[in-house]
Amino acid sequence: MIEINNLTKSFGKNLIWKDVSFQIEDGETLAVIGKSGCGKSVLLKHLNALLYPDSGEVVIDGQCVFDLNYSELRLMRQRFGILFQGGALFDSINTFENIAFPLRYFTNKTEGEIKKDVEEALEMVNLKEAGSKATSELSGGMRKRVGLARAIILKPDYLLYDEPTSGLDPQTSEEINELIVNMADSFDLTSIVITHDMHSVLSIAEKVAFLDSQKLSWFGSIDEMKKSEHPPLVEFTTASEYKIKA
Amino acid sequence: MEALKQLGQYTLLLYQALRSVTEFSTYRENLFNEFVKIGYQSIPIIMLVGVFTGAVLTLQTAYQLDTDLYPAYIVGSIVAQSVIIELAAVISGLVLAGKVGARISTELGTMRVSEQIDALESMGFNSVAFLVLPRIFAGILMFPVLYIIASTLGIIGGVIAGAVDGILPAAEFMKGGRLFFFPEDVVFGILKSFVFGFVITSISCFKGYFAFGGAEGVGNATTQATVLSCIYILLADFVLAAILL
Repeated sequence: MIEINNLTKSFGKNLIWKDVSFQIEDGETLAVIGKSGCGKSVLLKHLNALLYPDSGEVVIDGQCVFDLNYSELRLMRQRFGILFQGGALFDSINTFENIAFPLRYFTNKTEGEIKKDVEEALEMVNLKEAGSKATSELSGGMRKRVGLARAIILKPDYLLYDEPTSGLDPQTSEEINELIVNMADSFDLTSIVITHDMHSVLSIAEKVAFLDSQKLSWFGSIDEMKKSEHPPLVEFTTASEYKIKA
Repeated sequence: MEALKQLGQYTLLLYQALRSVTEFSTYRENLFNEFVKIGYQSIPIIMLVGVFTGAVLTLQTAYQLDTDLYPAYIVGSIVAQSVIIELAAVISGLVLAGKVGARISTELGTMRVSEQIDALESMGFNSVAFLVLPRIFAGILMFPVLYIIASTLGIIGGVIAGAVDGILPAAEFMKGGRLFFFPEDVVFGILKSFVFGFVITSISCFKGYFAFGGAEGVGNATTQATVLSCIYILLADFVLAAILL
């Protein structure tokens, strides 16, 4: 379980959010939504201490991640997989090597075992033939899928997605949404998805955290969200509907 | 205040790099890649710099000493000693601040803004050991080698220029060179290049590693890395000369 307790973050004098608190149960998929620039990605990077808060804590299985020394933190980070917004693929190596990278450094697997694992991961994200491609040859959707294959290769407990469908066409977005659901089911993962795409939220999430006005404005299940009359949440979710209808 | 913050960040980065020295398996592969990129791939430009520095210095020294007051071989003494003590290290350093420093800061800056460094850290990887340490190590170890090449080529360039221009025969040049050759000057030059290697690679790693703000941010980081490397090379050159000469 991940507990976020009274998390406050600012960059210089610019307050991002204050006293954010919520919990994510094991096996759940949580969507963190909010307008662009509200600090969703910043929140995500606190979960495995890529960023540190001004105050507050992120507790994973009873241990605050900000209290860990660097060696302990590195071990804890290996329990996370992250799909970054642009994929964050290493552009000096090809697709296969990108996915094999964590295996080479964190496991004692043989070349044969690594090849088998990478091919399985590529198949899982429907990119069976892309292993030999340079990352510069990959489209936006392919980059995200390769990023996802790399994120799951060490079989993490938690999978974090930063805007997994941003910049993608509706069909590819839908494929990514399906992958997120499949990953959560296949590996019994706890997933946290940062997005402002309400289609994604409705397709993949069980719970929703809504960031607005520099705080956690609303938190609840998908069903609760649909019935909610919380004005900023209603305004945010219906804005997507208007776009769709238009 | 900003300068103090940057100094603190730079010091912490170096401290983290130092603490990561034992993680050889993390940076082994990159270290050998950097030996090639910083060392081997810089040899052509260093040879060019060395030859022309020695050649031009010979012509200018001969021009300035165009009098019967000094024997001709004194040109060889001045050129050889200037190249060994000062020019091979400093001019190579300034050139490499552009070639090596700009490459390092651009590479790391691009990795930072495209979240590749975050990706490394999020896997539980020590990104400083993987990216910063091998570049600094390679700089420290390869710059002295490049200095020796530049010095040797500088003297050869001087010999050729003197002979071709008819200023003094090669034997006279070498006689002058040997007359004021002190091995400790070479040690001084190697020490300088060692320091310059550290200055250029550490500043460039620092600027690239903490780059932010997209393509413009990477551009700014690269410019700052190159300019600061040049400034600190000149500063370090002065300090080392004041202390050791």
